[in-house]
Amino acid sequence: METDKKIILRAENLIKYYYEPVKFQALKSISFKVYEGEFLSVVGKSGCGKTTMMYILSTMDTDYEGELFISDEKVTGKKSDYLADIRNKHIGFVFQFHYLLPEFSCLKNVMIPALKLNKYSYEETEQRAYEKLDLLGIKDQALKQASKISGGQQQRVAIARALINDPKIIMCDEPTGNLDSKNTDIVVDIFSQLAKDYGQTIIAVTHDKDFAVRSSRTMEMKDGEILSHGW
Amino acid sequence: MKFKVNTDIALTHLLTRKRQTLIASLGVTVGIGIFIFMISLVVGFNKDSDESIFKSVPHLRIYHEDEVCKPLISEKISGYMPVIVNPKISNLSNNLINPDKLISDLKHQPDVVNVTQQVSVNIFYNNGKSQINGITSGVNIVEANAMFDIESVMLAGDIRDLLTTPNGIIIGVGIADKLNIQINDYMSVISSIGVGKVLKVVGIFKTSNSSVDDTKSYINLAVAQQLLKQSSSYVTDIYVNIIDPNKAPNYSAKFSALTGYKAEDWQAANESTMAKKQTRKVMFGSISFAILLVAAFGIYNIINMTIKEKMNDIAILKATGFSGKDVMNIFIKETLIMGVIGTVLGLLVATVLIHFLSKVYIGGDVGFFPIDYEKNVYVAGAIIGMVITIAAGYIPAKNAAKVDPIEIFKK
Repeated sequence: METDKKIILRAENLIKYYYEPVKFQALKSISFKVYEGEFLSVVGKSGCGKTTMMYILSTMDTDYEGELFISDEKVTGKKSDYLADIRNKHIGFVFQFHYLLPEFSCLKNVMIPALKLNKYSYEETEQRAYEKLDLLGIKDQALKQASKISGGQQQRVAIARALINDPKIIMCDEPTGNLDSKNTDIVVDIFSQLAKDYGQTIIAVTHDKDFAVRSSRTMEMKDGEILSHGW
Repeated sequence: MKFKVNTDIALTHLLTRKRQTLIASLGVTVGIGIFIFMISLVVGFNKDSDESIFKSVPHLRIYHEDEVCKPLISEKISGYMPVIVNPKISNLSNNLINPDKLISDLKHQPDVVNVTQQVSVNIFYNNGKSQINGITSGVNIVEANAMFDIESVMLAGDIRDLLTTPNGIIIGVGIADKLNIQINDYMSVISSIGVGKVLKVVGIFKTSNSSVDDTKSYINLAVAQQLLKQSSSYVTDIYVNIIDPNKAPNYSAKFSALTGYKAEDWQAANESTMAKKQTRKVMFGSISFAILLVAAFGIYNIINMTIKEKMNDIAILKATGFSGKDVMNIFIKETLIMGVIGTVLGLLVATVLIHFLSKVYIGGDVGFFPIDYEKNVYVAGAIIGMVITIAAGYIPAKNAAKVDPIEIFKK
């Protein structure tokens, strides 16, 4: 256990129930810590609660018991607009089904969270968006409409979008689900590099064994409980 | 392309769905267009009917009101029971005492633009055996013209001839036709108290209002006084015009107090016309409001649909850090843009409609259709249009703000 590192995310006794169609306990008092610069993968069978946990960690789901801290700040119970701000500044997302805005160009999709953050000028933001797309090898697709490119390309655009605001934490739900092994390698390399060189933390829910193996830590879940923390 | 990000997103949504945007905007266009058109119609028509009223009615008329006899002893004194059996109208003259003083007092009042005196006489117009009864007004023709614009309805002759012809008369075209009288002919008149006079026709007018054309005539004040066997200080009515005729009721009490006689505003004198005017206003107002309401539902519907289709986008925006307020802002902006497009087009449509209708010839005393571009109506239309659009967009936008991204992602 690397105790000298800073804790970036801490979950304490997370409990989540679903009430539809029948009452069901999806998370059974989960507690764990994630350190800064970690590349954590979360594995487990379908229905083990890893996606549910991810949504709670993302601050989008606020209907749970227990407490969640991000960089030592308690986010449980905060107002939704404040949480939106936190997401914008500190969290980048890659969703399972890529989820781009279909009417916008790939470039614009990447730029939107940065425009919302409004830290850089429009030109700078555009420049940064190009850099991120280049990083993922899809700069040539930048001006195409998001709905007109392949699934793998969309997923990479989504990853570029997650990186644009240089978030402290990047959360991914099956980030390589649509990618071939070559592109998976690219993404894993990028994530490893981000964690190592920039101290960004990556939390990825995945089914992909190759992906999990290459992460710095693998947490395993089963039936709403953590089977192993991976250290 | 350097709009703020919310505006940018709103514009992209609208531009990628040009047809829906246009249809929703056109809903507003039709609503606003018809609204302004209809209201202009009413305003124009009312203006025209007011104008035709003011051709024969002053804004305020000051006269000696007939009074029914009252007991001299007050009822309050005990022991007496004052009774007048079968009371009649007191047989005083209708004369306004010291009219010159009253006129000069009135002329010094603020907002008064025109004051003129006149003597009304019920008379018979005769030519040979044929006889028509009517009313003649003894006037100073120049003053009366300033008030009623008699000149504009003259068919033959000149009103100023009345000044140079003491025994002159200007008659309505209906009287001239029925008595077969041409200009410069002589005709005899007999007043209600039996005084007869032979007068020279110096002018014929046509107002296209047959009840006026068939009965009304103008003579010199002195002749009218002679027809009633009265002195030269005898005046029955003083007419007053003020700057804004719609404010006439505000002045009636004031002028009554000033003169000691009854001052009647034209609205009170023409109650049925006023009632019709009000009815028209309510009728057209409610029809156009209904149209606006339908347009509002159109906008509501389209924004609602847009939001249903954009659930995914809303969820992504929220996940990447857009707050509920931002999402609401985006959709309100979309409605706002549609509202502005619709309203601007609506103003254009209204202008075109008004332009064409104002070219339609109706005839009679109306002439061309009485409709005009009313600035106030345009402003009101634009404001109402925008308010309704924003209200229609607000409800769905508020719902969009509440969208829970988790619910969407799980599907």
